[in-house]
Amino acid sequence: MSKLELPPYARALGIKAHDVEDGVPVLTVEFGPSVEGRPAHYHGGATAGLLENAGYAALRARLIEEGREAQLKPVNITVQYLSAGKPQPSFAKGRITRLGRRNANITVEAWQDNRDRPIATAIMNILMA
Amino acid sequence: MIVMRCERFQEFSMNSPLARFDPSEASKFFFQHGHTGWLGLKYSAHADNWVELELPWRDDLMGEADRAVLASGPIISLMDMASGMSIWQTKGTFTPIATLDLRVDYQRPARERSAVWGRVECYRITRSAAFVRGIAHDGDRDDPVAHIAGVFMTIGNDPREGKVPEGSAQASEAGTGDE
Repeated sequence: MSKLELPPYARALGIKAHDVEDGVPVLTVEFGPSVEGRPAHYHGGATAGLLENAGYAALRARLIEEGREAQLKPVNITVQYLSAGKPQPSFAKGRITRLGRRNANITVEAWQDNRDRPIATAIMNILMA
Repeated sequence: MIVMRCERFQEFSMNSPLARFDPSEASKFFFQHGHTGWLGLKYSAHADNWVELELPWRDDLMGEADRAVLASGPIISLMDMASGMSIWQTKGTFTPIATLDLRVDYQRPARERSAVWGRVECYRITRSAAFVRGIAHDGDRDDPVAHIAGVFMTIGNDPREGKVPEGSAQASEAGTGDE
């Protein structure tokens, strides 16, 4: 995790590394004005930002582990919104569902106080150039 | 989700009770606070069933430290907000809606240090859902940075009188898109 650097956008939004589970970073963001949508709820865009960064973090961590260097390029992301993002910290962790030579498929979940009840999920395809 | 600052917006609407939803006027309220205010979104244009917003360039929204290109996250926020506003524009009224699903296909990186515009059209509204599609571009609409497609719940149309139903529509409360 030490080598994992979050991009400027993630840092500006307040996203931080929270933990590492089996080599996979768990990211977190505190609730605050920069992520607020309607009063006292997360904006969907902020939730998507957390999911996306967790997806990238999972992939970067794996590539570092495998000694691979690649520039990552987003192909697409599909976000499903499952329940309201309440005014409390959110967490997200990605799972690499497939790692190929040129493409990675990643599933990401975001949750708050109850990990079994995700607030949003995402599927991402990332190109490794 | 898109149910935004209802109170403040209603307050604002009361000044012009019979007025139709106006994306340009509403932007003045929507982009003063919270996530979209932090991003600095701006109204750009609209017509019958579409709305275009601008996400101005800013150094701290870069996706990579060494490339002056907007991250993809803020583009999702831009498109989510433009989606919600295109639905209100199409309906003519501001009613609570929630993002269920939003897909973004990135075509290419935006140009360095360029603003990005998001233009989204609402192409169908049913009793309980609204469907949108759109593009993000950096100046030339014929050469998009991204295509998007999304589905929103129109909560206000629920027969149970604006009460958020259990289950799926609970999602509407989801922290999704809109302001």
